[in-house]
Amino acid sequence: MCGIAGIFLKDRELEPKLGQLLAGMLGTLSDRGPDSAGFAVYGDATSDHRKLTLRAPADFDFDKLLSTLGSAVSAHQRHDTHLVITVPAARERAVVAAIENAKGVKIVGGGRRMDIFKEVGRPDKVAARFELDRMSGTHAIGHTRMATESAVTTEGAHPFSTGPDQCLVHNGSLSNHNAVRRELAREGLRFETDNDSEVAAGFLTWKMKNGASLQQAMEASLEALDGFYTFVIGTESGFGVLRDPIACKPAVMAETDRWVAFGTEYRALVDLPGIENASVWEPEPAKPYLWERH
Amino acid sequence: MPTVDLALASLRELNATLHRLSATTNETHWHILNPRGQHSIAAGVDASILVEVDGHVGYYCAGMNKRARVIVHGNAGQGVAENMMSGRVHVEGDASQAAGASGCGGLLVIDGNASARCGISMKGIDIVVKGSVGHLSAFMAQAGNLVVLGDAGDALGDSIYEAHLYVRGAVKSLGADCVEKPMRDDHKAELRNLLDTAGLNGSVDVGEFRRYGSARKLYHFHIDNVGSY
Repeated sequence: MCGIAGIFLKDRELEPKLGQLLAGMLGTLSDRGPDSAGFAVYGDATSDHRKLTLRAPADFDFDKLLSTLGSAVSAHQRHDTHLVITVPAARERAVVAAIENAKGVKIVGGGRRMDIFKEVGRPDKVAARFELDRMSGTHAIGHTRMATESAVTTEGAHPFSTGPDQCLVHNGSLSNHNAVRRELAREGLRFETDNDSEVAAGFLTWKMKNGASLQQAMEASLEALDGFYTFVIGTESGFGVLRDPIACKPAVMAETDRWVAFGTEYRALVDLPGIENASVWEPEPAKPYLWERH
Repeated sequence: MPTVDLALASLRELNATLHRLSATTNETHWHILNPRGQHSIAAGVDASILVEVDGHVGYYCAGMNKRARVIVHGNAGQGVAENMMSGRVHVEGDASQAAGASGCGGLLVIDGNASARCGISMKGIDIVVKGSVGHLSAFMAQAGNLVVLGDAGDALGDSIYEAHLYVRGAVKSLGADCVEKPMRDDHKAELRNLLDTAGLNGSVDVGEFRRYGSARKLYHFHIDNVGSY
């Protein structure tokens, strides 16, 4: 099972409603993946700054961490078990090192524009805890998980982020992820989990790091990854969709002049504005789909 | 004409009501509003009624249908009319995977495209797709007819038994044990009849179609049993 939702806005007027739209989609998909949920939202960037999303257990003292980091953090916002901090780009490396040395806190992802949240629990409740409905931005992807390949933990929840402003959600299961993980580890990539989907994210990150476009990275993953998958991928400016060559997992897309959206089922799309007149179709197997902001 | 608004009534109530209809019911024309992609709409109906659905439906719409005529004014999700026994299901938009899967009888007409595995394991159903079908359509198809006015994807008719496949457009590839076969007059007549029944009366030339079927090398076919299919 599992459910995926994604939305990419073309109409700037909808940007304040981005989180609300995604929250509705994830709520509908709760019954496809009641174990855990997560989402990534691409919001505003501050020039010469980077954002980092941190995650820690409920009893973690974020205030103490913030005071340790001191002036390196120019802004921060708490969302339940997660904290998004904004740091000057020049100080990012030092801040990351300090956080990695601190006990009990992890970096979920970061970049110029991406905030990323994930937790165990029913997706509608997870979205409410993080106040997703109040978030704004240009595009967002989310996932509702029914675990098959690894344990129900926050680490195992999607999206997986393996590079700046890059994240991936996956419905399916990969059969050659251990072999690909070993190859990527030799190339210097680090993996936080033994989850198959993290390997797919890592593969795309590795390709893009070596100069591939998102389109080219998606094409390459058709060759390299074996198994069942529907991926929805976010980058700083892009929104991609890819299904395996036999289209094992369901997928529906819809598009209007104002937005493009992905849902594992059409049900997830029914509350989007103007869905009555949207073009609705099923993405073809083994064909990368990509939308980009310019 | 009873109208059921699924924004107000529950799907379970609707299906239970349709299942309770007697053979002599006077409520023969049902109108369903706001399907919003819900699953199993009008599944398991066994009555000579007409059900019209205004909008897109989810999985298994009109599954196991017997005798009823179901019209979807929209797209259908996976497994529309799966295991249909008789009656007629008409999707005016596109259909997702496994349309008409395992169908034993009746007619499924899809005005748009059907995606992968259309007619998988079909056992006597007739399926007419006015657009194209995806890969692995008519996989292990045992009996019945699949008519495609557009193109067919990879591995058409893989491991096919005795279903008849008629395709007007291009076939990307044929599956194991599926071969092109000559169009004899009886096949043209069969196809003409299927097209007419699907409402295409005379607008499509049967001479433009090619026929595909089993090479009968993969399963233990015996000519004496041909009447069983």
